[in-house]
Amino acid sequence: MNMDIIFRIAGIGILISVLNHVLNKAGREEIAMLVTLAGVVVVLVMVIEMITRLFDDVRNMFQLY
Amino acid sequence: MEILQIVGIGLIAAVLSITLKQEKPEMALFIGIAAGALILLLLIGEIRDIVVFIQRISVQANVDFMYLSTIFKVIGIAYIAEFGSQICKDAGENAIASKIELGGKLIILVLTIPILTALMEVITDILP
Repeated sequence: MNMDIIFRIAGIGILISVLNHVLNKAGREEIAMLVTLAGVVVVLVMVIEMITRLFDDVRNMFQLY
Repeated sequence: MEILQIVGIGLIAAVLSITLKQEKPEMALFIGIAAGALILLLLIGEIRDIVVFIQRISVQANVDFMYLSTIFKVIGIAYIAEFGSQICKDAGENAIASKIELGGKLIILVLTIPILTALMEVITDILP
């Protein structure tokens, strides 16, 4: 877990936006919408994992319970 | 050199975030959140050193541990509340950001009530 998480998020973002364009051009708006949603959910899970780690670290350090 | 790492993460995240902002604003926000969490996680080590130092000094100075742990809790709450409110501000949700700040301030106020009552007791003892 280092810098690569930011590159992964950016990569998923670029991939999703390209897929979105292609599907929109092909006239599949509803699938484009689903692809966007899936990408957001995947990235959200990654980010939430990271935030959980940050919160756990802060809680342990400052004795917040 | 931690500072080079932090500046590098910040610059790369900023460039990627601006690249994605046109097409997918929500992904730009996620990159902001990830970069913020990453930098704060990097800084946790430094903060741990400071906390250990303050604890050692307070043991030497015979400071009541209750006051010290309250101060650490306040710092932790401020750290997390600041993180959340800055991200909400970044996303353009100023109302949510100010509510997060309000929550942080209120919880800090509740945490400091024991210290305030101790101060009041000291004052009433001094006063005749």
